[in-house]
Amino acid sequence: MIPERLVTIGAVAGLLAVALGAWALGEIFTITLATRAAILALAATGLNIALGYGGLVSLGHAAFFGLGGYAMGILAFHAQSYTPLELGALTIEGTKSMPVIWLVAICVSALAAWVIGLLSLRTGGVYFIMITLAFGQMFYYFAISWSAYGGEDGLPIYLRNSFPGVDTLVPVQFFGLCFAALVLALLLSARLRSAPLGLALNAARQSPARVAAVGISPTRVKLVAFVISGAITGLAGALYADLNRFVSPAMFSWQLSGELIVLVILGGVGRLAGPVIGACLFVTLEHWLGGLTDFWHVWLGAILLGVVLFARGGIVGLLTGKAGPHV
Amino acid sequence: MSDAVLSTHGLRKSFGALLATDGVSLDLRPGEIHAVIGPNGAGKSTLIAQICGSLVPDAGQVRLDGIDVTAASPAQRARRGLARTFQVSALAMEDSVLENVTLGATGRAGGGYGLLRRALGRGDRHDRALAAIDRVGLGGVADMPAAALSHGQRRLLEVAIALSLAPRAFVMDEPMAGLGGEGSADLTLLLDALRTEAPILLVEHDMDAVFALADRISVLVAGRVIASGRVDEVRADRQVRRAYLGDL
Repeated sequence: MIPERLVTIGAVAGLLAVALGAWALGEIFTITLATRAAILALAATGLNIALGYGGLVSLGHAAFFGLGGYAMGILAFHAQSYTPLELGALTIEGTKSMPVIWLVAICVSALAAWVIGLLSLRTGGVYFIMITLAFGQMFYYFAISWSAYGGEDGLPIYLRNSFPGVDTLVPVQFFGLCFAALVLALLLSARLRSAPLGLALNAARQSPARVAAVGISPTRVKLVAFVISGAITGLAGALYADLNRFVSPAMFSWQLSGELIVLVILGGVGRLAGPVIGACLFVTLEHWLGGLTDFWHVWLGAILLGVVLFARGGIVGLLTGKAGPHV
Repeated sequence: MSDAVLSTHGLRKSFGALLATDGVSLDLRPGEIHAVIGPNGAGKSTLIAQICGSLVPDAGQVRLDGIDVTAASPAQRARRGLARTFQVSALAMEDSVLENVTLGATGRAGGGYGLLRRALGRGDRHDRALAAIDRVGLGGVADMPAAALSHGQRRLLEVAIALSLAPRAFVMDEPMAGLGGEGSADLTLLLDALRTEAPILLVEHDMDAVFALADRISVLVAGRVIASGRVDEVRADRQVRRAYLGDL
């Protein structure tokens, strides 16, 4: 059996190799697929902190993904139309600068995660799933009715945003940015897991009373994790919007929340490489099977069933021979 | 009474028509083991829950080191030095013995939310955790997950975590529950030595252990303390004999 560390490095290196190989061969479309996989992996890495480490089954992570997307969309829209954003006394200029957009995306989704977490974490189990779903749907319907930014039709951004020193219009360079964000998020996630907060979060998932009895508030630990989780997924949303140069309410849809959960379960819940492997597999299946049949989700469903029934630790669990944490 | 480490004053809690705790005043003084005994349904668990903060009393006070902690959460009380063990082991079952105990040492230091350092490995929290593990005799299984431990070892792990808090007072909810004669005797020896570090409020059904350990006993019946005093006094009390001990 393979040590988990090696699986993680292998998965990340594999994704990089695919993108670089495609670049060498001039396969632009494959680079775009790899970029999509990296961004979905980033979003799922965020979810994995809440779901895998904390046992918080959030069916509302699309809220953060969408907020990141709309943070990008709104800032870029005002920049491309040369109209500042008027918020009462406050006037904000739009921007096409990725670092600024990312910072806004992270802050906005972290704030939303804090508010949603504060309310949802009073509950547990199936109620937590329902409340997070409800928050996600609130954002979804709000985006649909927000005609200033395209409403149901969404909001196209004509030119990809810029990053100092990088030509983001070159696919492999934009992949590099997304890949770097993914690696950073994985490092943060690994750090969190081995830090006191990770120890407490892991224990809070298993026995909240135990955590409280040693002087740590289990709710506070989960809230901190939920905020970090939401912020990472929000960043992924901003990147995803930049990949497609398009933002739409679909980024807020509950189907997307569900897909993120599927990615994590496929790859391995609570495992560092889980979201990466899950996202790569998802994008590959979507591309290959999607080319063969419109009903490719049937096959995805069959694979998911197989994993849930026969490989509780997901693909990482199969490779390392160890079942993951019990959620 | 002012030197009591932990005390309750007129605690009262009712569930509907049932008065589960009816004006309970107890205190725990330095260096002692104070046992609380009573038949099933006497309100012992409800009392513990109020002392440890998982249940809010309708009236009355809980004081720790003279400070009113009645409104404090379980986590806040633990940080003030109240270490409890659970009747049914509450452990992070997937985590190792060392991780479970390190969590205790970390929580007491107020560092449970840290992101920048490693939870395990060198440092005084690690040393404190290892010392607590050795103290209860789990040194040989420190790297085993709690789920792989025997029932008796899990009871010891509960005590080790409480110890790692370097507490001002222990509250132990039936630490002997489910232990055989030998395990119970071992734990009795361990608790006997612990009282010098911090006094123990001991809720226990095992009467051999109670009589071997307790400096004082309070008898709880139907939510009220019907007798409280030294072991021989309580043993001789007619009311207690009738209500609880049977004819010894």
